[in-house]
Amino acid sequence: MNVMSRIVPQPIIPLGPADGAPAPGLEAVAITKRFGAFTALDAVSLKLRPGTVHALLGENGAGKSTLVKCIMGFYRPDEGAVVVGDREVVIGDPRAAQTHGLGMVYQHFTLVPRMTVLENLVMARASVPAVIDWRAERRRLAAFLDTMPFTVDVDAPVATLAAGDKQKAEIVKQLYLDARVLILDEPTSVLTPDEADEMLGLIRGMALAGRLSVLIITHKFREVMAFADDVTVLRRGRLAGSGAVADHTPDSLARLMIGDSSTAVPVERRGPPGTAARLRIAGLRADDDGGLPALHGVDLTVRMGEIVGVAGVSGNGQVELVQVLAGQRAATAGSVSIGDEPYRATREEMRRHKVHCLPEEPLRNACVPGMSVAENMAFRSFDEPPIARGRWWLDPAAMRRAALDLIARYRVKTTGPDAPIATLSGGNVQRAVLARELSREVDVLIAANPVFGLDFAAVADIHAQIVEARNRGTAVLLVSEDLDELLELSDRLVVMSHGAIVHETTPAAADLTVIGRCMAGH
Amino acid sequence: MDHASLGWWGVPLAVLAGAIRVSTPFLFVSLGECLTEKSGRINLGLEGTLVMGAMSGYATAYLTGNPWAGVLVAGLAGSLLGTLHAMICALERVNDIAVGIALMLLGTGLAFFLGKPFIQPQAPQLPAIPFGWWSSSAQVRSALDINPLFLVGLALAPLLLWGLRTTRWGMVLRIVGESAEAARAMGYQINRVRLLATAAGGFFAGVGGSFLSLSYPGSWNERLSSGQGITAVALVIFARWDPVLCVWASLLFGGAGALGPALQSVGVTQGYHLFNAAPYVLTLAIMIATSSSRHRLAGAPAELSVTR
Repeated sequence: MNVMSRIVPQPIIPLGPADGAPAPGLEAVAITKRFGAFTALDAVSLKLRPGTVHALLGENGAGKSTLVKCIMGFYRPDEGAVVVGDREVVIGDPRAAQTHGLGMVYQHFTLVPRMTVLENLVMARASVPAVIDWRAERRRLAAFLDTMPFTVDVDAPVATLAAGDKQKAEIVKQLYLDARVLILDEPTSVLTPDEADEMLGLIRGMALAGRLSVLIITHKFREVMAFADDVTVLRRGRLAGSGAVADHTPDSLARLMIGDSSTAVPVERRGPPGTAARLRIAGLRADDDGGLPALHGVDLTVRMGEIVGVAGVSGNGQVELVQVLAGQRAATAGSVSIGDEPYRATREEMRRHKVHCLPEEPLRNACVPGMSVAENMAFRSFDEPPIARGRWWLDPAAMRRAALDLIARYRVKTTGPDAPIATLSGGNVQRAVLARELSREVDVLIAANPVFGLDFAAVADIHAQIVEARNRGTAVLLVSEDLDELLELSDRLVVMSHGAIVHETTPAAADLTVIGRCMAGH
Repeated sequence: MDHASLGWWGVPLAVLAGAIRVSTPFLFVSLGECLTEKSGRINLGLEGTLVMGAMSGYATAYLTGNPWAGVLVAGLAGSLLGTLHAMICALERVNDIAVGIALMLLGTGLAFFLGKPFIQPQAPQLPAIPFGWWSSSAQVRSALDINPLFLVGLALAPLLLWGLRTTRWGMVLRIVGESAEAARAMGYQINRVRLLATAAGGFFAGVGGSFLSLSYPGSWNERLSSGQGITAVALVIFARWDPVLCVWASLLFGGAGALGPALQSVGVTQGYHLFNAAPYVLTLAIMIATSSSRHRLAGAPAELSVTR
């Protein structure tokens, strides 16, 4: 095909606009995508100019992923067209996108963790020989990497790479597959601020050199302002605005994203934290699923009426720390105490000390998806009056009444207390769990990434609930991968790296460079 | 040298001979299961496949007079059962373990039903290669009468290992077993890869079954298999999903299975049934020794439902 041979570039692309054809542009023209009666995208157009970085902004559920999936051939749009360079193309599946020079880096890494970078890159190619000569492939890849502005250890199993290096390997993979139009889905969500800046800088450099045209899906205004040339904003499946980044401010972009609907005003932290230590963790050690040490002696104290934020790149022991505190993982050494009493996270101790937990991915970690909303909301209280009569006879009517009350108070959107909780949206599952955990008296609250993947309104709501709990005197341990969230909510901020607390500061005194360096483990 | 002159030396010799003989079905089933599990799916139905292979192989050998035709038909019957397993598992919300158990019952039941007419007649057996021609001892000679299928299995193991590491097919199979998401992003069809892997695994298990009826013990009846198919699944875990380690594991289990008869042949009759239970005790002991409640098994394909 004539078209394809023109678009598909030579295997090795030298850096610089003078060599080889410049990267093509990409245009999505009036794309509409419906799922049943629901219109996910309503005649959305987007124009990515050749050799530029274009940001695609929008809340969760605004249709960003749907648009990109239509472009990449995961979905077939009901109406509209995709233009690469100046030719309209029909892309039936991701492999076809590859032949048109489109490459996508996903939010979750798609490299096979236990295989090496070399194995992953070779196997991702459109044509792989029946018998692979690994030594020749290695030479070829090394020669290709010499033309890159950064290096990756090709013989390391992907699982052993740091998040930033994994992200680089994903990008190298797309370039190795001759991608000239690169789509990045929330590329910096797992990176430290320094890593993110470095990565985006490299990408922008390659775009400026005419080697790439880049579309970045993001919700971080800072990255849009610093690294993008153009921006397109989606809201509820419609085009809310587009244009040059230079013509916008973070405020104008935010207005385009959320529309005119006002969101809840953030609740202020009232008064200084208490002085009495409530949750005390000393020398805590635990192993991960692989039996390797994940926590190397964590020391941490949370006082009454205080929010302690734990920052860190995911995979540095935060999951294991929360699991030990929630009773889901055994500690190998060290101690946890609440007040002056030792705490081993049994149900009886949790009840006595009023310890409550908002784990990440609540549908998976804090719910039984097939059970009803009412049953899920009763997990803390089903074995005591009024739901349990005489401590063992369940009263379903009382359970329903309690659930109806919580559903109303916490504005959980559900078809009713009898609906399976898995049928609720992410934000409403989170609200239902929050209702269960916060409606009772809470002395210690452990929350992990409580607003991950939620829209603005839900985020503001849940943040308000957490701050209110703090103002009532609850000791809050807030583990999050979102530094902005921690800076906004915490009284005190600690950084966790390689299974230990390596830095402590307050949001007021926080130095982002120092925090970033600590997160990266330097 | 006469029969008795070997004395106690007969025990290790008999264990060695047994290891070679008894291990062959273990070897084929575990290599097949290894291949299937590398694609991220477990087929517990291989016990049924084994019995079905034994029956169909014996019947074909009897009807055609050619034992090798029996081996081929046994393999084809096995891959048919494997294909059935894979096709059912490709449906939404189907659990591969439950399907495997159902197919285990189906395979044995079907084999008993279809195999009734073949219990009496004697089918031609697979010829053995007399590696013991140099010895004057009948025991040594019979111990070294080695079936060519055993040698095929021995050659197959390193071939599989090489194939999984350096061929496109092997790499795709491993990617599907390690990360379905990555495989999907690369554009590989997960269900098709697993179908082929399960069918190939079924072929090997069927061939293993034909060894039971066409070489050792060398007849067809309903008590032919004593759980070799299921034990072989445990063997794969013990062998850490490595085909070459499967060979060693099979030899170990074969040798353990031969311990009881070997001791009986030199006159130790006390605890005969206890020694016969050696392979099962060994299975349990090894599983306990190599497992941990704390962490995942090293080497397990990440998509495998039992280890997730």
